[in-house]
Amino acid sequence: MKKLALILCLFAGGLLLMNAHYLPMWGDPASPASTHVSPYFIENAYEHTKTPNMVAVVLADYRSYDTMFEAAVVLAAGFACFFLLRSRARGKKGGHHYYRHIPTGVTIKIEEGGKLPAENSKVFRSIDALWTPYDPIIQTTCRCLIPFLQIYSLYVLAHGHYSPGGGFQAGVVLGATIILLAISHNLKTSLKRMSERTAALWSIIGVFIFAGTGLLCLLLGMDYLNYEVLAPLLLSDEAMARSHSILIVEVGVTMAVMAVMVWIYYNLSSAGQQDEGL
Amino acid sequence: MIPVDIIVLTLIIICALGALAAKDLMVAAIVIGAYSFLICLLLAVMGAVDVAFTEATVGAGVSTVFFVATVFQTTRRTKD
Amino acid sequence: MDAIPYFIGKYNYWGCIFLFFLGMYAMISKTNLIKKIIGLNIFQTSIILFFISASFKHDATLPILMEEHKGAIDPVMYLNPLPHVLMLTAIVVAVATLGVALTLALKVYRIYGTLEEDEINHAIQSH
Repeated sequence: MKKLALILCLFAGGLLLMNAHYLPMWGDPASPASTHVSPYFIENAYEHTKTPNMVAVVLADYRSYDTMFEAAVVLAAGFACFFLLRSRARGKKGGHHYYRHIPTGVTIKIEEGGKLPAENSKVFRSIDALWTPYDPIIQTTCRCLIPFLQIYSLYVLAHGHYSPGGGFQAGVVLGATIILLAISHNLKTSLKRMSERTAALWSIIGVFIFAGTGLLCLLLGMDYLNYEVLAPLLLSDEAMARSHSILIVEVGVTMAVMAVMVWIYYNLSSAGQQDEGL
Repeated sequence: MIPVDIIVLTLIIICALGALAAKDLMVAAIVIGAYSFLICLLLAVMGAVDVAFTEATVGAGVSTVFFVATVFQTTRRTKD
Repeated sequence: MDAIPYFIGKYNYWGCIFLFFLGMYAMISKTNLIKKIIGLNIFQTSIILFFISASFKHDATLPILMEEHKGAIDPVMYLNPLPHVLMLTAIVVAVATLGVALTLALKVYRIYGTLEEDEINHAIQSH
């Protein structure tokens, strides 16, 4: 099998290399990729939308269908992980529970059928069986870091018109803060802050904000996702309306991407049981 | 003078080969994180700052965490 | 055809082609499922590199409009934003598909207790 794969790859690679002289030279301004449709985007992006970052304009305005269905693909991936993995059955470790007695630092193992301490007990704290992430240095550092990371992600979202950034990056950074909380404390702590139901709801609301903006344009008598018609609603002229609409749809993308990243992490790290995990 | 992108491209290929050759899946997951970060550097050298930002957050951040979470839940053993 | 400028002028493409077939070889020949998924990841990033290489222009700047160019814009001055947008969405889709692929690997591990392809085949046949 390995030899067959090697022969196949070398054969196909040779074919590709033989035809590589048809490719344009690297960095050629007259290459076909740079001559047909993209000069139009570069010349007209600022005039149409008053937004200097052309990538954000092409992403959320000229090619907004692409971005909308891409957000839908991300949502579908979140649902796929949920349906494949999620189960309430206990895993292979049986019914054990581990608790830590905070004042003394003693770890207690409670067998199946034993009496468990109260959920919100100040004295006993539930810990994971396979991995005990209790280090005060890591916990304090992450607790200090997370608010700044979240503010940074909002900056990335709001400043995406003028600098690199936008909905996808902001969503992933925001999701990474929740994942950081789950890694530095444990899964239950982050589930308390953002439950699975919240994650599912946010991802759906995010895609609906995007699709609903398009539908609003349709209802006001223009094409789907043609933002110019929203100008009276946003109290601005047509170009500024497109600029504001880019921000609105990017908020939707941020919510969807952030929630789906967290949701997939919850399912993957606990193998679908969402009690304890990495 | 050697351009910086030739060095980065060489490191990328070394990281890809290393990730595929590793005998421990946790090592492979971490090396693929380094690979993603080097890809991000190469994209930034070529001027695609938005794509580099996305690759840095998604490729080097979240997908490495996904790999590590999966290896943590399954096994580190691999035959090849 | 002058060989040396030809090879130097397209070295990014050689790197992309090498990574492309490295990923494809890993996806075909490796027996561990996680290694196959790593091959898939390398495959995807080689395509991303290829598209971004196609968008590069010499002596051009980032696709963010400069203040002094707001009157008349020369397209030669700016990098091509279209491949950037396509690859930006492709990266996020890549991580979503990676999540689904890892989920399937995890599911296979829970049923058969192994990630090796030949052991899984053996377990299926001996059922």
